[in-house]
Amino acid sequence: MTITLNGQSRSVSDGLSLQALITQVTGHPEHVVAEVNGRIVEKTAWASFAIDTGATIELVTFVGGG
Amino acid sequence: MSPDTRPMTQDPLTLGGKTFASRFLLGTGKFKDKATLQAAITASGAEIVTVALRRIDVERHEENILSYIPEGVTLLTNTSGARNADEAVRLARLAKASGQGHWIKIEVINDSKYLLPDNEETIKATELLVKEGFVVLPYVTPDLYVARRLVDAGAAAVMPLGSFIGSNQGLKTREFIQVLIDEIDVPVIVDAGIGAPSQACEAMEMGADAVLVNTAVAIADDPALLARAFARAVEAGRAGYLSGLPTKKIQGDASSPLTGFLYE
Repeated sequence: MTITLNGQSRSVSDGLSLQALITQVTGHPEHVVAEVNGRIVEKTAWASFAIDTGATIELVTFVGGG
Repeated sequence: MSPDTRPMTQDPLTLGGKTFASRFLLGTGKFKDKATLQAAITASGAEIVTVALRRIDVERHEENILSYIPEGVTLLTNTSGARNADEAVRLARLAKASGQGHWIKIEVINDSKYLLPDNEETIKATELLVKEGFVVLPYVTPDLYVARRLVDAGAAAVMPLGSFIGSNQGLKTREFIQVLIDEIDVPVIVDAGIGAPSQACEAMEMGADAVLVNTAVAIADDPALLARAFARAVEAGRAGYLSGLPTKKIQGDASSPLTGFLYE
């Protein structure tokens, strides 16, 4: 299925959980925040959160800033 | 005679329900690498550092900046990138969801040339986020009416700009910051444009409660050395302010006695 991840189209396996996606694409998931279709998904819900086709997902983390 | 060694910890900064011995806040952007950043934070003695939130680069695993920030340092997440109140609120909620605290520096900027904050949108975001339980530190162009509205909205501090972000021009808004210092009851933290320790010292002598610096330290040849210099300048300026600085005079006033001259 196709999703939009951080503004880019991406193919992922059907039924992928948010937890699995985040583990795939981040080096330090402990400080990642996930938003799916504009709503924050709490970390405790990642494992049971099945991503739907066409989902728009934003994964953000902390960077240097003033 | 022994020097005055009264510790500055007797004069803590109270902010957002916490107390801090240091009145120097450090930004973490633009450092050439994480080790340099870590050395600068340590040298600065800063107990509050700012960070930003950005999309993860899904093509490569980046180092986590938080692992370079010492334990016990309060994270102040900025809303840089926000162009209006709604975007600032969205970023603040994301920061909170990370579990890394709820201290937010509201930064709403529409203008890419001067990077001036949008005070109106900043007020809106402050009103919303205070209601959600955030400790809100809004970054603003110094204006008395704006500052009063921010205080009414429950801002923990106001952060007036000294000059344009990253410009190193110092206190171009000096007189307007002084108005805030004199009239506003929450801490006034001078943010942006401070390019040299002397400028930070000047802000503290005026009565500012704290100073935030990023660019000047990050791009210095020796960031840790400059961070330490800033920390000392902030401490010196604070001590000067607390000492009750004398007012300026327009003519000379001898410091040696005006009697007992040899020719008398």
